[in-house]
Amino acid sequence: MSAMDLDSVIDDPGTRIIVTCGSGGVGKTTTAAALGLRAAERGRKVVVLTIDPARRLAQALGLTELDNTPRAVAEVSTANGGRLDAMMLDMKRTFDEVVLAHATPEKAEQILANPFYLALSSSFAGTQEYMAMEKLGQLHKQAERTGEWDLIVVDTPPSRSALDFLDAPERLASLLEGRFLRLLLAPARGPFKLMSAGVNMAMSVMNKVLGAQVLTDVQTFVAAFDTLFGGFRQRAEQTVALLREPHTAFLVVAAPQNDALREASYFAERLREEGMPLAGVVLNRVTGTHAPELSAERSLAAAERLDEAEKSPLAAAVLRLHADKMQQVVGDHKRADRFRRGHRSIPTVEVPALADDVHDLTGLRHIGELLTAV
Amino acid sequence: MARLHVVTGKGGTGKTTVAAAMALSLAEQDKRVLLVEVEGRQGLAQLFDIPPLPYVERRIAHGPGGGEVYALAVDAEAALLEYLDMYYHLGRAGKALDKVGAIDFVTTIAPGLRDVLLTGKVYEATRRKAHGRLAYDAVVLDAPPTGRIGPFLNVNHEVADLAKVGPIRNQADAIMGMLRSDVTRIHLVTLLEEMPVQETLDAVEHLEELDLRIGSVVVNMVRNSPLDDDALALAVKEKLPTVEIAKGLRAAGITASKELVATLVLEARDHAVRVGLERENRDRIDALGKKVTQLPLLPEGIDQGALFDLAEELRG
Repeated sequence: MSAMDLDSVIDDPGTRIIVTCGSGGVGKTTTAAALGLRAAERGRKVVVLTIDPARRLAQALGLTELDNTPRAVAEVSTANGGRLDAMMLDMKRTFDEVVLAHATPEKAEQILANPFYLALSSSFAGTQEYMAMEKLGQLHKQAERTGEWDLIVVDTPPSRSALDFLDAPERLASLLEGRFLRLLLAPARGPFKLMSAGVNMAMSVMNKVLGAQVLTDVQTFVAAFDTLFGGFRQRAEQTVALLREPHTAFLVVAAPQNDALREASYFAERLREEGMPLAGVVLNRVTGTHAPELSAERSLAAAERLDEAEKSPLAAAVLRLHADKMQQVVGDHKRADRFRRGHRSIPTVEVPALADDVHDLTGLRHIGELLTAV
Repeated sequence: MARLHVVTGKGGTGKTTVAAAMALSLAEQDKRVLLVEVEGRQGLAQLFDIPPLPYVERRIAHGPGGGEVYALAVDAEAALLEYLDMYYHLGRAGKALDKVGAIDFVTTIAPGLRDVLLTGKVYEATRRKAHGRLAYDAVVLDAPPTGRIGPFLNVNHEVADLAKVGPIRNQADAIMGMLRSDVTRIHLVTLLEEMPVQETLDAVEHLEELDLRIGSVVVNMVRNSPLDDDALALAVKEKLPTVEIAKGLRAAGITASKELVATLVLEARDHAVRVGLERENRDRIDALGKKVTQLPLLPEGIDQGALFDLAEELRG
């Protein structure tokens, strides 16, 4: 069991990419923003890519404009020579930009107007993850070229499972390169008669059920998109390779609840299998108290004694609050300890639960301190 | 009267639990209620502590009122093959489609066709007749989360843009008709926290733009404060009377060190801050002008007994 020293991670000029991941609602985005801010104020030139920040956090970062490009965050201390830019991912826009950048204007127009493209780019379950990867690749290239950033902090999409982040790009790529889409393309390329009877039957069923026009739309889409597939796959592979290099640090964020910890275990295991560098696990929002010596049981019994004697309702009330708190404290620590014992080789850091949501830079700085308190 | 109850909510708000409790609460004497899940998570099986549900409707519980609750986990692929077979008698061709990956394609990528199939099955179950009466008096759908509920319910409208004619188009129009009618009500489950409340407000606005009808907002996992309003106001400012607390502690046989009293005051402040945020969030929910139902936090966790308690709360 070791403690994670996040200051040495963010201060190391060799660290170029930090990825925060974990299941939904554990505080990934806040962690990413807090680390980015701390790194910037300690002298790094940082860009934070967030996916779906809470409104107040977005406001804290000045993310009111949705133009899919990094903007400088105001009121960040630049005394140490660092800077902080932040942006929020616009999935559809990123997809559109890829199409515009890689297809001829005529073809791009065709693709952007196709109903199947519209659906794929705005609602397919893996698109957000794919586009987060795409944007990360773009930011990395830009950083290499212009030197405007030396650290990219990426938040991952709020998936049900943290693994979606690693799996979705592959899923989308295999879908776009799938046998069925190849078959749909075939008529455009060669005579129908070369196709097997089974495929012919399948096509006629599709025609019958969906209507001929739907099939035509799909074929137009696939034909127009065909030239882009290779590029998509190649860039996704490059980004994945980027994530395997030692300049990347993965940070798994988990709340001390059973399902979030289970997710964190799966994810840590998966990163190991994929050869991706895991810096450690943030055990976030762990309930704490300054009076652990007064147990939940004693506290509750005392409150009941006061109720029975009809004495000091105020003291009884604060004792009940403390009893609730102690129950959470004991539960959270038990689960966090169990996780640490089960993963002795993974460094961890514990961040206490706060009463209020983070809604300004002061709040983020405070989280940054908690993350790096060793 | 509404017969199709669509339950949605942000992940983690307990929407599956609320859907199950709602199904139980609707299962009055002699009534049959169908509880449907569509996300392939087997959340209902976990909740009722039964083996994974197959693509078959089976009885899983009786409601506190004595009626029956059936459950069904809809699987898009199975629904598609069933659909093809039912309307086109395509046993063999269905398999051919499967072989070239068309089923996979249709159910994972083709815009919302997955959702078309899922909503199609719900539509079929809601309208189904058996022995001269409706097969189910009510259907409760454990629907996709708030972030996806609008596109999910509106998918049949979108399909109309893709398929201008043909059997899919006709089916899509019929489903949309039911979802927008008096038969259907949407219930949004939320906690009194910023993100779920914001998502609820956004979803209500979006759903109403789509001409869909809101049944209620269910505020889940509500904790009552042991402090009254006056005490909360003092607690926020860390101004609870320490002398009185110390006296109370001693009366209860607890050594009232200065540190302990200070800690209790701080814990009361954190609590009061949270209550304040919860109240702000509750006001934002109330401002919607919708029916609001409140369900208590059950600290022991959710088991069958807890589901019954929640069902009783929902019955009012």
